[in-house]
Amino acid sequence: MTTISLKVEFSGGLELLFSNQRSHAVTIPSTDPATSKPTDLQNLIFYLRDNLLKERVELFVETDTVRPGILVLVNDTDWELEGEGDYVLKDNDEIVFISTLHGG
Amino acid sequence: MAPRTCALCESAKAMLKRPKTGQQICRDCFFYVFETEVHNTIVQSKLFQPGDRVAIGASGGKDSTVLACVMKTLNDRYNYGLDLFLLSIDEGITGYRDDSLETVKRNQQQYEMPLKILSYDELYGWTMDAIVSQVGRKNNCTFCGVFRRQALDRGAAMLHVDHIVTGHNADDIAETVLMNIMRGDIARLGRCTAICTQGEDTIRRSKPFKYAYEKEIVMYAYFKKLDYFSTECIYSPDAYRGHARVFLKELEAARPSAIIDIIHSGEAFEVREEVKATQRVQQTCIRCGYMSSNDLCKACTLLEGLERGMASAGITDRGRKQLESQGPAPDNLRTIPFFKLPLGNPTIAIESTS
Repeated sequence: MTTISLKVEFSGGLELLFSNQRSHAVTIPSTDPATSKPTDLQNLIFYLRDNLLKERVELFVETDTVRPGILVLVNDTDWELEGEGDYVLKDNDEIVFISTLHGG
Repeated sequence: MAPRTCALCESAKAMLKRPKTGQQICRDCFFYVFETEVHNTIVQSKLFQPGDRVAIGASGGKDSTVLACVMKTLNDRYNYGLDLFLLSIDEGITGYRDDSLETVKRNQQQYEMPLKILSYDELYGWTMDAIVSQVGRKNNCTFCGVFRRQALDRGAAMLHVDHIVTGHNADDIAETVLMNIMRGDIARLGRCTAICTQGEDTIRRSKPFKYAYEKEIVMYAYFKKLDYFSTECIYSPDAYRGHARVFLKELEAARPSAIIDIIHSGEAFEVREEVKATQRVQQTCIRCGYMSSNDLCKACTLLEGLERGMASAGITDRGRKQLESQGPAPDNLRTIPFFKLPLGNPTIAIESTS
């Protein structure tokens, strides 16, 4: 099974849901076993929810995407320019999740 | 997807979709338009005069950190001629405010601005930790909100500033509009969208980020690698605001202009004169001199309740009556120092930069 390696970062308070650790090295299969399609950002969100999230799932995922108010960056670019959940992940991609819901 | 080019410079790679306009722009054009829009807000609303002394209400969080950075940038770029200060309130919340104040102390050096920290303990004789241990976690946000508002004015008076700016952004203001509608609070609805507020006895306060989306503030902080602190207050956050916030974020996800649209709705409400006439006239507190709509200001009432072991005195009518039935306040009651608007030069010490 081929895999891809990613650097995943959480900030803006979101790291508190992930063992209070900002940066994580994540290795996931390059194709989604259920659909045999290449792994996309939505698959990653579910993977993080099922494998790295420690508490309060409702603060990270809502229905099939991240909760409104969480910004996602793909290699420093707003994911809204990259197809959001449909973005197909590549080896060594850097994915950043930032919560905007915490106080200022 | 093929990389898109910036809609403004048409050369660099687009890195951000602006929620206000849907425009796809690059990092450098984003910095430029974000800063320029704040500058336009400041100029159009005539917020400052050359020579003004301005305190930035700094919590160490994203909004005030970005505000400090942008105010410094614009003051240098457009020669506003402002003296800028950082003003932080230490509520006395272990594991929350003590950490965020470390961020503010770093900001002081990064932006080369003098910093004043005023604590609840110094001003009221109570930290939030002590208040929560007496009142529990139900009404503690009331104490914190009332005490912070007054502490900011008093800290500003100590710095002899003309003006306080806060990091309230478009999302915050839209939330407040929604909350005031849901509570039927017409008086607050009428003034919550004002960019600048000033009573007779208070220091001018304004919100240069009134039209800045939270998403852009966070992206600005991320792209500039600004140093900010983001942990939720450990004493349960304002639950009502939390619901308004989630609702607003869901509206924004469906239609990004929702935030500006709600602010516009708030601005467009006209409060009839006869409704305005029923609002309380402002006076000054007989005990501490701060502005108040009763003989005693809210902070003095809350403090008296704490000191006399009847914390509900400042929260409910019943608590107030209970306190009054116990007789007048004792002479040795701890009170807040008398408030005077500043004249002349400041004499207080600010934090050293070392």
